[in-house]
Amino acid sequence: MAVRSVRWTRFLLYAALVLLAAAYLLPLYMTIATSLKAPADIRLDTAWEFPRELFWESYAVAWERFAPQLRNSFILAVSATILSTVMGSMNGYVLSKWRFRGSEVIFPLILFGMFIPYQSILIPLFQFLRSTGLYGGLPGLVLVHTVYGLPITTLIFRNFYAQVPNELLESASLDGAGFFGIYGRVMLPLSVPGFVVTIIWQFTQIWNEFLWAVTLARPQAQPITVALANLAGGQAVQWNLPMAGSVLAAIPTVLVYIFLGRYFMRGLLAGSLKG
Amino acid sequence: MKSRQDRLIAIAMIAPSLVLLAVFVYGFIGQTLFVSMSDWGRGAALAVNPELSFVGLDNFRELFTGFLDVRFRQDLVNMLAFSVLFVGGCLVVGLLLATLLEQGVRGEGFFRTVFLFPMSLSFIVTGTIWRWMLQPRGGVNVLPTLVGLPRIEFAWLTSRDQVWQWNWQDVPVILGVLAALACVVMAGRWWLAGGRKRAVAAGALAAAALAWTFTAATEIEVLPFPEYHGFNLALAGVVVAAVWQMSGYTMALFLAGLRGIPDELREAARVDGCSWWQLYRYVELPLLKPIIWSAVIILGHIALKSFDLVFVMAGPDNAATSVPAVSMYLTAFRGNQFAKGAAIAVVLLALVSVLIVPYLVSTFRSRGAE
Repeated sequence: MAVRSVRWTRFLLYAALVLLAAAYLLPLYMTIATSLKAPADIRLDTAWEFPRELFWESYAVAWERFAPQLRNSFILAVSATILSTVMGSMNGYVLSKWRFRGSEVIFPLILFGMFIPYQSILIPLFQFLRSTGLYGGLPGLVLVHTVYGLPITTLIFRNFYAQVPNELLESASLDGAGFFGIYGRVMLPLSVPGFVVTIIWQFTQIWNEFLWAVTLARPQAQPITVALANLAGGQAVQWNLPMAGSVLAAIPTVLVYIFLGRYFMRGLLAGSLKG
Repeated sequence: MKSRQDRLIAIAMIAPSLVLLAVFVYGFIGQTLFVSMSDWGRGAALAVNPELSFVGLDNFRELFTGFLDVRFRQDLVNMLAFSVLFVGGCLVVGLLLATLLEQGVRGEGFFRTVFLFPMSLSFIVTGTIWRWMLQPRGGVNVLPTLVGLPRIEFAWLTSRDQVWQWNWQDVPVILGVLAALACVVMAGRWWLAGGRKRAVAAGALAAAALAWTFTAATEIEVLPFPEYHGFNLALAGVVVAAVWQMSGYTMALFLAGLRGIPDELREAARVDGCSWWQLYRYVELPLLKPIIWSAVIILGHIALKSFDLVFVMAGPDNAATSVPAVSMYLTAFRGNQFAKGAAIAVVLLALVSVLIVPYLVSTFRSRGAE
């Protein structure tokens, strides 16, 4: 009797999980199915049917249309990720191993910067970029993403370096290593996972960002999110194109997530101050 | 051990970041505050650097009680309703997923990946996909017909129906009642904890708040005419998409929390004859409480800031489904009303700070004590 009820609960458990997983995957199926249909075959009542003939042209068209914006997003995400990660690593090193008077107060003040609604700094930021001639181009966006990326990168590295035992630092400094010597010989070799977590997190965030992309970029510097929003927001849309565009815009971050999901999760938990 | 020179180098290395953040976060917030209390040079409103004159809280007064700014008030109501539904949805779904996965299932890695992958998408991608999923005569609505059930007839994003309507003129009364309720709750908690004096004081405050509510508050004229606001059903679709994207996050948090509970505790409870449900309800859930709170705060502040998803799903010019984050963008960057845009941004910042500042303070206070 007991065995039977255990079996039943196991069955219900798996049934629930499979159903839920199917529900989470439905939008993905719908996106791919629609992106592979010819525009004439896209009808609301048959939206769930898989295309009988695969129509790959949407991807060719979407690629041609979005290539410049994908390029912009790529340049932006890579440069701002590198800059904010390098600076964050240095900040984390100082805040964990070279504490100075007031550094314990400064840290939460730094972190506040990653929670603010960016609307609250958008107008002065816009004016600042206009007056420095950085408005509208990729360098301006790189600067903005680097600066506002500093809180999270500093947080991840500070928590990461805090776990490095002080004895290691002391023995290095007995060998004559100074600030940079300790960083280069002790911290850097240990911080590969920290760099992976930070790089993945920053790349995903910057690739997916929209508010600055839509307010601070001229058309030539437009990232992919804005291009996709413009395409999908138009009236009488041909849905195969936005769906193919969505797939193209999603591929880089989804690939990162699938192959490095473990590190993605750590960035996620760090962001809630629980990492 | 650490030489003076090295200490100076350390400060020099972090200084650029500190200066950048001081200017870009705190300096710019200060400037936004100033702009929100200015007129952005009235006649020269289109100039990039107009001469600002100080007008005090006029912009805020207009937002909350002005005839023209009815949209902002609807935005606020939308935002609050969206936040409650989104946070609640993520908590319930995330807890369900984490609980199911915690039962030692085969293929856990696969399920976890499936539930978490929407987190890696941009809100713009999510919004585009769900806009297609939520077409009134297709997508989700025709899904039941695949198994022979009737079609769903809900219009989703194009719906114009409002529920839970209330009058903006009642705001002072509502706030008074809420304040009284909060005092009553605090009084009750202190009473149970043995702090009789504090409890009585809180009770007295509650009575005072109630007295004020039903005398002075009813006299305050917020608006000269009744103005009804409610939850636009069109936002329900945005909530569904947002929960789809973010529930993996709560699942991950809860799963980490459940995994952190020591096995000895579970063993001890089982030895004491706890059933699965008792163990879950009286041991595991209470231990998850701090994680639930941090999830509420993190998701809550994401909900208050939500911009991309509403922008792409409902369209930026859709007043019925707008939120302050969107109308700030429209007011300032399309309407060139920078002063009013700044005022909306300040309201948004204040709401987010109410959630985040206590969270930061409590996190670092407890860490400092370690």
